[in-house]
Amino acid sequence: MLLRRTTDWPTWGWKSPFEEMERMRRQMDWLSGGLSNGLFGQTAAGVFPLMNVTEDKDNYYVRAELPGLKAAELDISVTGDNLSITGERKLPVEDEKAQYHRREREAGRFSRIVSLPAQIDAGRVEARCADGVLTVTLPKAEAAKPKQITVKAS
Amino acid sequence: MAETESKALQAKEKAEVTTPAEETRPGVVFTPAVDIFETEKEISVMADMPGVKAGDLNIDLHENVLTLDGEVNSPEEAGEVDVIREYRTGKYRRQFTLSQVIDQSKIDAEMKDGVLRLRLPKVEAATPRKIAVKGS
Repeated sequence: MLLRRTTDWPTWGWKSPFEEMERMRRQMDWLSGGLSNGLFGQTAAGVFPLMNVTEDKDNYYVRAELPGLKAAELDISVTGDNLSITGERKLPVEDEKAQYHRREREAGRFSRIVSLPAQIDAGRVEARCADGVLTVTLPKAEAAKPKQITVKAS
Repeated sequence: MAETESKALQAKEKAEVTTPAEETRPGVVFTPAVDIFETEKEISVMADMPGVKAGDLNIDLHENVLTLDGEVNSPEEAGEVDVIREYRTGKYRRQFTLSQVIDQSKIDAEMKDGVLRLRLPKVEAATPRKIAVKGS
């Protein structure tokens, strides 16, 4: 539908019938993108490896999926409240004459730092790597643990 | 081809299976990333399935369809609360149709550090025999 200018005055308010539709289309795109792009609309920090951090009363647990990596190939260090995980995934070199039908796995370096919400006891951090899943257990510092407060009846 | 410097790994979300086949138990099913390559003697399948132990893996070859099924137990204990969750855990499944004829008795599977290495040896082709022609 064409909007014909009848005068030279700039039109204000409703510029074009498609402006409204355009705005709605952009909002719908944003909404549907958020639904289909995975958790919360984005791959979190977008840094490899993706991590899950959970906590209970005494510890933080940081887990990452690192298939093909052994414990010795990882470099894990703790600085203050930050946990840093660095390493390199190498794919074993196959026969030269091998012909690939599919090649979906990737190799390369990775390095990531994750910040924990509360203070941790750096001296007692433990890390375990089994079946391609790394689990780092970080005990909370005493000051960060929840303390029960008894309410005295008056 | 050797690379002098390795590039940085990119983060990728796991691909979820979108087939119409329903699961009897609830839970999300992922498609593992695989490398498939072939040499003269065998076909090798390498699949990334972190969290799957050797005992939780089912490999089935039936009518030239190879099915990989890996069970994953949720690693979190009961008392844990999520702070950051960037990836989900779930079973792994992938199916392939094999075009070559595979010697089923010699299939070899090895599961190490969450990586499955499956060797499927090809059936040995009949060796050509020369036939001598006798003169009359």
